[in-house]
Amino acid sequence: MTTDTREPRVDEPSSAPTSLLRDRRRFGDSLFKGVATGSGTLILIILAAVATFLVGLSIPALTAPGDELPYGPFWSWVFPYAAGTVWAAALAMLFAVPVAIGVALFITHFAPRRLAQGLGYIIDLLAAVPSVVFGLWGINVLAPMVQPIYGWLNSTVGSWPVFSLIFGGQVSGTGRTILTVALVLAVMCLPIITAVTREVFLQTPRLHEEASLALGATRWEMIRQAVLPFGTPGLVSACMLGLGRALGETMAVAMVLSPGAGFHFQLLTSSNPNSIAANIALQFPEAFGLGRNQLIASGLVLFVITLIVNMAARAIVARRAEFSGAN
Amino acid sequence: MHGTISSAQKPRNILTSAQLPKYTSIAMLVASMAVAFGVLALFESATGLMGVLLGSLIYLVSNYALSASVEGPRKAKDRLALNIVTAFFILALFPLVSVIWGTLSKGIARFDGEFFGSSMRNIVGEGGGAVHAIWGTLIITGLATLISVPIGILTAIFLVEYGGSGKAATLARLIRFLVDVMTGIPSIVAGLFAYTIFSILMGPGTNNGLSGASALSVLMIPTVVRSTEEMLRLVPNELREASYALGVPKYRTIWKIVLPTSIAGIVTGVVLGIARVIGETAPLLVTAGITASMNLNPLANPMATLPVFVYYEYTTPGADPTPYIDRAWSGALTLIIIVMGLNLIGRLIAWKFAPKAGR
Amino acid sequence: MKIRLTAALGLSAVLLFSACAANETPADTATGSSEASAPTSTLEGTLSGKGASSAKVAQETWVAAFQTANPGVTVNYSPDGSGAGREAFIAGGADFAGSDRALKIEENTVGAFVGCAAESAAINVPIYVSPIAVIFNIEGVTDLNLTPEVLAGIFHGDITNWNDPAIAALNPDATLPDLAITAVHRSDESGTTENFTDYLHVAAAGVWTDEPSQEWPVAGGEAAKGTSGVVAAVTNGTGTIGYADASQAGTASIAKVGPEGKFEAPTEEAAATAVENSPVEEGREANDIAIALDRQAEGYPIVLVSYGIACSEYKDAAKGELVSAYLSYVVSEEGQQAAAASAGSAPLSATLRDKVVAAVDSIK
Repeated sequence: MTTDTREPRVDEPSSAPTSLLRDRRRFGDSLFKGVATGSGTLILIILAAVATFLVGLSIPALTAPGDELPYGPFWSWVFPYAAGTVWAAALAMLFAVPVAIGVALFITHFAPRRLAQGLGYIIDLLAAVPSVVFGLWGINVLAPMVQPIYGWLNSTVGSWPVFSLIFGGQVSGTGRTILTVALVLAVMCLPIITAVTREVFLQTPRLHEEASLALGATRWEMIRQAVLPFGTPGLVSACMLGLGRALGETMAVAMVLSPGAGFHFQLLTSSNPNSIAANIALQFPEAFGLGRNQLIASGLVLFVITLIVNMAARAIVARRAEFSGAN
Repeated sequence: MHGTISSAQKPRNILTSAQLPKYTSIAMLVASMAVAFGVLALFESATGLMGVLLGSLIYLVSNYALSASVEGPRKAKDRLALNIVTAFFILALFPLVSVIWGTLSKGIARFDGEFFGSSMRNIVGEGGGAVHAIWGTLIITGLATLISVPIGILTAIFLVEYGGSGKAATLARLIRFLVDVMTGIPSIVAGLFAYTIFSILMGPGTNNGLSGASALSVLMIPTVVRSTEEMLRLVPNELREASYALGVPKYRTIWKIVLPTSIAGIVTGVVLGIARVIGETAPLLVTAGITASMNLNPLANPMATLPVFVYYEYTTPGADPTPYIDRAWSGALTLIIIVMGLNLIGRLIAWKFAPKAGR
Repeated sequence: MKIRLTAALGLSAVLLFSACAANETPADTATGSSEASAPTSTLEGTLSGKGASSAKVAQETWVAAFQTANPGVTVNYSPDGSGAGREAFIAGGADFAGSDRALKIEENTVGAFVGCAAESAAINVPIYVSPIAVIFNIEGVTDLNLTPEVLAGIFHGDITNWNDPAIAALNPDATLPDLAITAVHRSDESGTTENFTDYLHVAAAGVWTDEPSQEWPVAGGEAAKGTSGVVAAVTNGTGTIGYADASQAGTASIAKVGPEGKFEAPTEEAAATAVENSPVEEGREANDIAIALDRQAEGYPIVLVSYGIACSEYKDAAKGELVSAYLSYVVSEEGQQAAAASAGSAPLSATLRDKVVAAVDSIK
């Protein structure tokens, strides 16, 4: 401030200092605003370019007659992959979300304060592990470890009426099933969800928490009354970030999963529904001509799925915000 | 405490009711584990994992039951919550420890001077190193950061500081939605996108570092925007208003007040964003490719990166696979250490630049 | 706190920030596996190849020796896959391609290739022959004999237990357990799958009715990504069987396959014999060599033949000289032996090599 006014007035020596001051501010402001707006617009352009790329390369596959496509008619070909993607990601979220909430609560409200920061850092480390390493871990460590449990599950509950839909079928001899993939995906989303949830829980107003405790609530009751309602929108947002990773994860799924044809809900068999991203990674190196277009078109389908999921999440967050008292 | 009280079930006062001694939990945990392993041993199917699972379950139930009978249901629920939350935390630590330990024990074999001193040029079988891949990773991730961080932070500033009213609000809503969509772009699609764009610009089949960096930027920008936006929102409006009241223009307020206040969170977000992309394999496979030689020029020729190096060393070993697998694990270990280092640097920056006043 | 951080940063800086590789000095003669003559070569430039990942280690071996002999040359081979390699070669994005199948006659037309001279077509030369082993993991069993029919039955899902009488009849000495068979195949498209299914299709025509294809044609069974994935799945599982490049089989047991009484192990010699006994495909130019593998030939006919694809004449003569020099080394006896040592491939037989060398020499 004061230094601004003392700068030599080279451009317009005749104008009054005050108006010059305003002009300079205006210029700085509009420049800054322009740059910021430009960045935002740049994102629009990038996304438009990605969308154009996807649509442009998909059109040949979407318009070609089914029997000319190397992998068969498009929609019946892509459906099992789309369903498999959503199914695997949903299972992963089923495992990851409760654990992530638990971890975030433990770090923010249960662990000793001094320990908490270190613990948070340790969980963040999981985000540092590259997906290839998760793939290797999935094949060589996790799959052999859970295989006996799968065998036990399959032999005990696999023949019960409703359970057979999920735990039935011929159990895999290697444990590389969609359930294992969901576990690996859950581990991969965990640090993302935990990191954001932790920050959100830390933002809970102290006064809300103390008011609850002062009324005689136990720690758990305080969390249910003060922390969770406040954190729900942030929690949903965190889950969406994690879900994005689970839906789009490529290499770990491709390495761990034993894919088969078609879609079904059974979790323990060798023939699992594959995910779209992993399928692209598996088939793209050897694909050529229309096959490449068809694979990219499946990428477009995944893009649309992500879009729908995000819109749904936005809707949920918006609705929850109306009801939650916290702001 | 008035009205009719049924004979046995007096409502308990949480402050005066009986409490379990402190050592109960530990004793019960030990007992539960012993029971679980004993039962499993009877059925001759005692795998360690199942024993621990069953033991934890027994502990959860018995601890709840005991606490409910002695301390009352509310206290019991509190204990149950504590136990479950702790169990989840330990559960989350298990894969972490397993992954880190596996990488460390297998990666240490080739974690030597040669690994950091030489590339794979003219190396067959034994020996060789990953210095070319380390440099490739640093250059490509560095470029991606250079592209994404300014765009990401400026966009977040636009969303928070300028996107509140009028025409800008509509644009802001649109951008916010599209950033959400961007978080969901599968990494391989980002790679194919960059590959196609650079094939058009620089001739078909181009592999170079810059196209890898562009692919990573597409993945990194949304992470940076989202986390920065959250952090900027946490800056109290009072600070902004105080600054305006002193006659400071808006852009200087943002630059001198808002950004420094939220720098710690922003840096955390940037580091998270880097960590998210530095380990990406699929997009770099198609864009930057792989080479055995050192290449420091991101504009031409393929560039090796650590994840791709690890991927190929592991998936296509020679007739004697040991040196290849060893190099793969050492590469993975190096990558983890780089990200840990970045985390530390991020924390250092955050700690240096953040306003010192405590809350 | 601060001091510790600074120290850590400094240490990592010292460790990492050497912007040159010790093995990449301009007069690079120290490393490499071949005893190539002193670097008197005048060749210079950069060559980019793209293609099959099956031949990656062999290509690395050849590149290392070739670069040692010609210090002015850099060869980059990116193992993106055969399909990617052919696409890039056709579009002019790669100077040569490695492919698990030869360009088909109808694909190989004059003028279809951007990098080639206008009146030139492409040529295929076999550069890498690798036997595909049938690997398994059954507790207590190390030797297993299988006929093509039984092998096809297992992978088709008709034979589902290791104590099946059909398997027992072929292996009277083995104690086969009552254990479900998990047959592991490739989840990605691959030349290995195409060659394996081609073998089953020809040698066990009664059982295996599906056409050979890069994508596994039969529903059921377990799938794994890449050779390493199949090997890991077979080794980590129980009662598993799969097919993989013989050189990568690792600790898994290897089955002997062949018609009854003539069981063969996937050795280099047996593979080379099978290729030698197969005819060359008809209807191609003299320097365009594709082998029509005879899946019932003597030896071990479950082999993968990987091809080098190059222009018969390049637009840029200097490129042509480089490609010709590189491929000459690749198909030379020295080059083939080096690949056999590092990648476990089967060297080309002498008669085939003479033909291939002549074809490579014709590249302009």
